[in-house]
Amino acid sequence: MSTVEKTPSQWRVYRSYHSPFDPCSPRTRYFNVPPNVLQPFQTSARKQFAPHEALRKGTLWPEYYSPYPPETRGGEAE
Amino acid sequence: MKAIWIYEKKLQYPVRVSKCDPKLAKMLIEQYGGADGELSAALRYLNQRYSIPDKVIGLLTDIGTEEFAHLEMIATMVYKLTKDATPDQLRAAGLADHYVNHGHALFYHDAAGNPWTATYIQAKGDPIADLYEDIAAEEKARATYQWIIDNTDDPDIVDSLRFLREREVVHSLRFREAVEILKEYNSTKKLF
Ligand SMILES: [Fe+2]
Repeated sequence: MSTVEKTPSQWRVYRSYHSPFDPCSPRTRYFNVPPNVLQPFQTSARKQFAPHEALRKGTLWPEYYSPYPPETRGGEAE
Repeated sequence: MKAIWIYEKKLQYPVRVSKCDPKLAKMLIEQYGGADGELSAALRYLNQRYSIPDKVIGLLTDIGTEEFAHLEMIATMVYKLTKDATPDQLRAAGLADHYVNHGHALFYHDAAGNPWTATYIQAKGDPIADLYEDIAAEEKARATYQWIIDNTDDPDIVDSLRFLREREVVHSLRFREAVEILKEYNSTKKLF
């Protein structure tokens, strides 16, 4: 269905200190670095989604598509 | 400045709600009347554009107008989720305090009930300051959509919210481009 190429993950992973006395089990934290941050200026001659798919996705440009929830987070399966 | 709006009587993107979940309406209202919601966005851009350099006025008009289209989508979701709810169901969804003030009407407040205020937005009259505020606003709206998506398993609502989130990514991109355009402003001027 999707014409998105495998692009580098838009997700960054981090962990924070977890004390043995913390009440809840630790969780891995993630944050999103959307493509507008990595490439803040459009260039010409880029790949496009087919018109109908672009309307559904919210962008004409695969390289500016940011899926959420992510298929994978930081390389790990969801 | 000439401003003309053409209203098309349909939503920018279809909104379908398949799960009766009035609790989700309480969360969605964050994007209706919250600090980083669509009302704030529309009013911020359509006001800032009067004092911004010519080259980016059109961009603020375009995006400000689109934010109203997003506001309509959020309103549609909230309305569909609450219109048939009984007072009991609204109370169970944490919406009793909304109900006693507004009944089944929508209102501009955030998920915690704080009414919308103009202090959420700014027009500094300095193009770089204003555009950086706009970029920050788009990233905050994108994050809000993520946290709402995390709070529902209705695939149809998620579909519409993913579209709205992607639009914030595109808006942020275009504001970043506007900053780049302003950086170049003088070098395009003919000097003699
Ligand atoms: Fe936006």
